[in-house]
Order: sequence, then structure tokens, then C-alpha cells
Amino acid sequence: MASGTELTPNEYINHHLSFFGKQVGDGSFWTLNMDSISVSILLGVVGFGLFWWIARGATAGVPGKRQAFIELVFDFIDNQTKGVFKHERHAFVAPAALTVFIWVLLMNSMDFLPVDWIALGTHSISEHGFRIVPTSDVNTTFALSLTVLALTVFFAIKVKGFGGWIHELFCSPFGSNPLVWAFNLLFNLIEYISKPLSHSLRLFGNMYAGEMIFLLLWMWAANSAWSNDYYIGLFVSMGLAWAWAVFHILIVALQAYVFMMLTIVYISMAHQHH
Amino acid sequence: MNINATLFAQAVVFLAFIWFSAKFIWPHLLTAIETRQKTIADGLAAAEKGKQALEFSSKQADEEIGKARSRAGDIIGQAEKRASQMIEEAKLAARDEGGREKAAAKAEIEQEVSRAREALREQVAALAVAGAEKILRREINAQAHVELLAQLKKEI
Repeated sequence: MASGTELTPNEYINHHLSFFGKQVGDGSFWTLNMDSISVSILLGVVGFGLFWWIARGATAGVPGKRQAFIELVFDFIDNQTKGVFKHERHAFVAPAALTVFIWVLLMNSMDFLPVDWIALGTHSISEHGFRIVPTSDVNTTFALSLTVLALTVFFAIKVKGFGGWIHELFCSPFGSNPLVWAFNLLFNLIEYISKPLSHSLRLFGNMYAGEMIFLLLWMWAANSAWSNDYYIGLFVSMGLAWAWAVFHILIVALQAYVFMMLTIVYISMAHQHH
Repeated sequence: MNINATLFAQAVVFLAFIWFSAKFIWPHLLTAIETRQKTIADGLAAAEKGKQALEFSSKQADEEIGKARSRAGDIIGQAEKRASQMIEEAKLAARDEGGREKAAAKAEIEQEVSRAREALREQVAALAVAGAEKILRREINAQAHVELLAQLKKEI
């Protein structure tokens, strides 16, 4: 994008919204979005590597500033988990919540990076399309939410037994009368479908919209650069982008928090007997 | 917005990160924090215990001080009694001594008086005899009247 050629708004947006896909099989389904995967892995390795590095040297005595910060995050997530999940949480649920929160927060935060500057580097990897916000890739959000769904099913079966789980599919919430079995099953299926849908699309929608607004503002800035009174569009779009970035901090953190809380709530619900 | 195999890749990555967190991050932090919490709780309990011990021993010390004070009072009282007793005794002894000395002095005085009286009497007698001698020198022979004079001297 840094080249001097003028793009139509449509081209600009399309360019920034195309994935760095890699075909791994027949059909359009067997494509891997290398950008989403590589950025999310990179962020996970950096984020969890940092946590691991500090956690490994964690002292039970007086903590340093680094450790205090990490413990702050730990305590925050532990408290949130404790509030919702009333079973033994340290073995899985709380670390899973930590993973979700940190990872989603980092992936969302990629929205703050100026896309056209990042593109200077990513163009050497992929000439056409490299999206740096993994959570505005619907595949990432669905991967997360479907994994959570799988975990809820896993825990439901683990806690209630396979028979118990099947029984619950047919006998809750309306009761065990054979007449309402079909309704119960339908109800439960809708719940099982709606949970991951709302879970993932909420995050995706927020991040996609945020990215889109940034793109529109950057496009305005880019297009003004070649007009006579370029500074008006440049400065106005800069100010707006700054304001949106500030507001977006809230969205980024809030969506990470919401995604984590829903993860805990769904797994917690799987533990409850009806 | 098309779903593709990225889904599986991201799910695998997600599970891997959950596993990593659950295995390598969470337990370390949990151990560190719980150990510290325990240390702090122990410290607070020890402080509480120390405070109680302090309270107990200060109460005990107060008791001891009170006991010591009362004993000191007793001792002072006894000492005072003893002192007054001693003074009384001393007074008594002094009075006795005084009496005795007075009596001795009186006796001495009496002795002295009687001695003086004796001396006086002798002197008077001597004077009388001398006077009589002077009168009688001429007519009385001393040798003849020595017996008479000695009798007279005795009478005076």
C-alpha cells in the first residue's frame, strides 16, 4: 500500500481484507489462512512464553514488579473463575480462562497496529493480503468457540456420564415425560448451536467492525494524500483514528473479557445437573 | 468470511496453549501465591499469638508488681513498728539510766553533804575548843582537861 499508485476505496478495503490463504487440499475448504495462524501462534508464544518465563521464576516471598503484574492478572482471572465455577478450578478451567483471556486480548490488540505500516513488512511474505488481526478471522473465533463447545460436551459427559448426558438431552428442561422428549432435544440442540454461534460471532463482529472502521479512516488518509488539500483529510482522519483507537482499547479488553467469561460460564453450565 | 481448514488449525493451537497454561504457567503461580498466603497467614497467627502472650505476661508482671508492692508495704510496716518499739525501748532504757544516775548523784550529794557536815562539825568543834582553849589557857591545864575536851568535841 505504500506504493504511489492510487487505489479505489473498494480495492483498498478488499486488499486489506483478503487472507493469505494456502491451499492444502482439494476444494476451497482446504485452505489455511497462514496469516491468522502465524500471527496467533506468534502472539501465543510471546504471551504465554512471557507468563511461563515469569511463572517459572516465581517466588513465594516478596514478588518483583514483573511477578506482581503477572499475579495481578492471575488473581483477576482466578477471582472471575471462582465467581462462576464452583468446582475444582485449578486443574483446567482457570488456566483455560487465562489462556482465552490473554490470547484473545493479544490477538484483538493487533487492531491497534497501523495496517499500512505493517504491510511494508508483510508484503515481503505475501504480496496480496496479510491480515494481522486473527480474531477478525471468523475461522479463529469459531475455532475458539467450537473448542469450548467440545469442552462443554466433554465435561458434561465426564460429570454426568454418557447416559446422564443423553438423559439430559431428552429430559431437560421440560421434564422426562416421553411426550416432551422431542421438544427437549430440539431445545437442547438449539442451545448447543446458539452458544458457539453467539460466542464466536460476538467477538468476530466487534473486531471485524473495529478493523473496518480503521481501514476506512486509513483509506481516507491515504486518498487525501494525493489531493491538493491533503492535510485536511490527513489530520481529520488521524484525529478520528486516534479517538477510535482509544475507544477501541475498551472494546478489545471488553471482548476478551466477555469471551473468557462465556467460556467459564459454558463449562460451568456443563457441570450442573438438571 | 468463508469457513475453511484454518478452523482446525486454530483449534489445535488453542488446545495446545490451554495445555501449556494448565501445565506450565498456572501451577507455578498458584504454588507461589498459595505459599505466600500461607506464610502471611502463619505470620499473622504468630503475631496474634505473640500479642496474646505479651498481654498474658504483662498481666502476670502487673500481678507480680502488686504482690511485691504489698510485701514491701508489709516490710515497711514491720520496720516502722520495730523502729517505734526500739525507740520505746531506748526511751525506757534512758529513763532507767537517768533514774539510776540521778539516784547515784543524789547519794553522792548526800555523802558529800554529810562529809561536809562532819567536816564542819569538826571545824566548829575545833573552833570551840580553840576558843575555849584561848579562854581557859591561863587557868586550865591542858593536860588536866584533855579528857574533858575530847568529850566536849565529841558532843559537838
